[in-house]
Amino acid sequence: MTSAATADVPVAQARGLSKRYGGFVAVDAIDFEVRPGEVLGMLGPNGAGKSTTMRMMYQVTPPSSGELTLFGMRSGRDARRIKARLGVVPQIDNLDEDLSVRDNLRIHARYHGLGPTEAAERSDALLAFVGLEAKARQQVRSLSGGMKRRLTLARGLVSDPDLVILDEPTTGLDPQVRLALWDKLEALRTAGATLMLSTHYMDEAERLCDRLLIMDAGRVVAAGTPRGLIAERLDPYVIEGRLKGGDDGPYRRLADAVGATAQRSGDRLSVFVPDGRAALERLLGDGVDPDRAFVRPSNLEDLFLALTGRELRE
Amino acid sequence: MIDPASVGRVWLRNAWVFRGRWHYGILPNFFEPVFYLLGMGLGLGYYVSTGGAFGGDYLTYIAPGLVAASAMNGASFETTYNVFVKLHFGRIYDATIATPVGIQDVTVGEASWAVTRATIYGGTFLIVTLFFGVAVGWHLIPALLAIVLIGFAFAALGLAFTSVVPTIDLFSYYFTLFLTPSFLFSDIFFPVAERFPPAAAAIAEFTPLYRSVQLMRGVLTEGGGPVAGDVAYLLLFGTALLAFAVWRMRVRMVV
Repeated sequence: MTSAATADVPVAQARGLSKRYGGFVAVDAIDFEVRPGEVLGMLGPNGAGKSTTMRMMYQVTPPSSGELTLFGMRSGRDARRIKARLGVVPQIDNLDEDLSVRDNLRIHARYHGLGPTEAAERSDALLAFVGLEAKARQQVRSLSGGMKRRLTLARGLVSDPDLVILDEPTTGLDPQVRLALWDKLEALRTAGATLMLSTHYMDEAERLCDRLLIMDAGRVVAAGTPRGLIAERLDPYVIEGRLKGGDDGPYRRLADAVGATAQRSGDRLSVFVPDGRAALERLLGDGVDPDRAFVRPSNLEDLFLALTGRELRE
Repeated sequence: MIDPASVGRVWLRNAWVFRGRWHYGILPNFFEPVFYLLGMGLGLGYYVSTGGAFGGDYLTYIAPGLVAASAMNGASFETTYNVFVKLHFGRIYDATIATPVGIQDVTVGEASWAVTRATIYGGTFLIVTLFFGVAVGWHLIPALLAIVLIGFAFAALGLAFTSVVPTIDLFSYYFTLFLTPSFLFSDIFFPVAERFPPAAAAIAEFTPLYRSVQLMRGVLTEGGGPVAGDVAYLLLFGTALLAFAVWRMRVRMVV
């Protein structure tokens, strides 16, 4: 998929990249880079600035300030040449309902400058890749939601791009369709493609991404590998308990002993601890009902909530 | 900044869509002029031209204007409703401009396709007038060129309007309050200056359809008047409005 360039030359690089709409700051001076052959995930709540960042990358939103380069070319000035090397899978399916499934791919191949024969061959190969050969001559509106998503993915790959940008590729899909799409993305990853995807699903980020940018309110609040980020910022285990009217004293005493705070959310309590087994034994020794407390490894969701807070985002 | 190859690919997309359904589109294009020329030309025209008005041949008087109006309609439907739906409901331009095709190529590509549709509409009407004995063979080439120019002017006007309207409901203003009066008061059916005060006639004479009708009469009628002024008007009008539409579509899409 990608031209296997030297690993230290980034595919894309942003420095102080910002986008403002009037007084609203959608993206606030972010720095990041996309390295060749990696899958970079952008994880963040709604309104974190993920889509705006991606739109700036695929040249349909001009940055307000900062620097953005793709393939060594300056964003904006070289827009056409940059877009020629990108594949884009937008958040909303914007397939052409007036064209057949196959023609949706063919016309996008033509938009990318492929000749008629090459466009047809490439379209057929990608229909096979996403399992839509049998639907080639049908109208787009006859496809199910999952098929449309697969076709949108195929469309993003039609020019054999050096970087594929996927904006929330599995949002709103049922679990079977998500799994099918993940298989396709993993196949691309194995083939050495460079992908950048946004998501607000932790399992998706953990499963697919080599590196993550965690975004909140227009800023990058953390960057690194999923495991590395968790290890860097959280103790490796979480004790979770349900009070059911019981005393929260044992949890508070445990938290004091390990130098953490017990986080309470309604009836539930959680404490991050360095040693899960020792912590659980301590709780049980302190009179906690064994059916109401358990240990699990810290995960990305814990990290995400620790970084972006627990309040609802609109 | 505008890439001709990209413009051509936007045109190609529309041609593919049309290819799948041309038979639905062409048949009404053919019958509309037949009905107009029969009903207004031969039917109404009998009473209108009795006594020698319009040289005794009302059909020949109205046919050039109807060809011009038909080119206007072809370009207008494409650049109003069709472009608006692609812009707002299908959102297909969002996908297009994420490829090397830019929004300026999309705008010019849509204009070029609208000119094609106008040529199909107006050309069909023109051919029908041959059978009614209005046009003769050597008129066809200049008349087709005139249709292309009229299509260009109204494609640019339609795109300019579409690039500024917020809702699809406002197109009824465009059609009812602009195109319909243009159709009625552009010398297609009667000489406006003979029936209305000079000030009103001056407004009519400034409209693009009036200039289009003058142009079409000039190329289709024996000893028709000079057309250079009309050609220059339509070229300038179309170019200025297309430039405006290109700018407005960029403002709308690149945010």
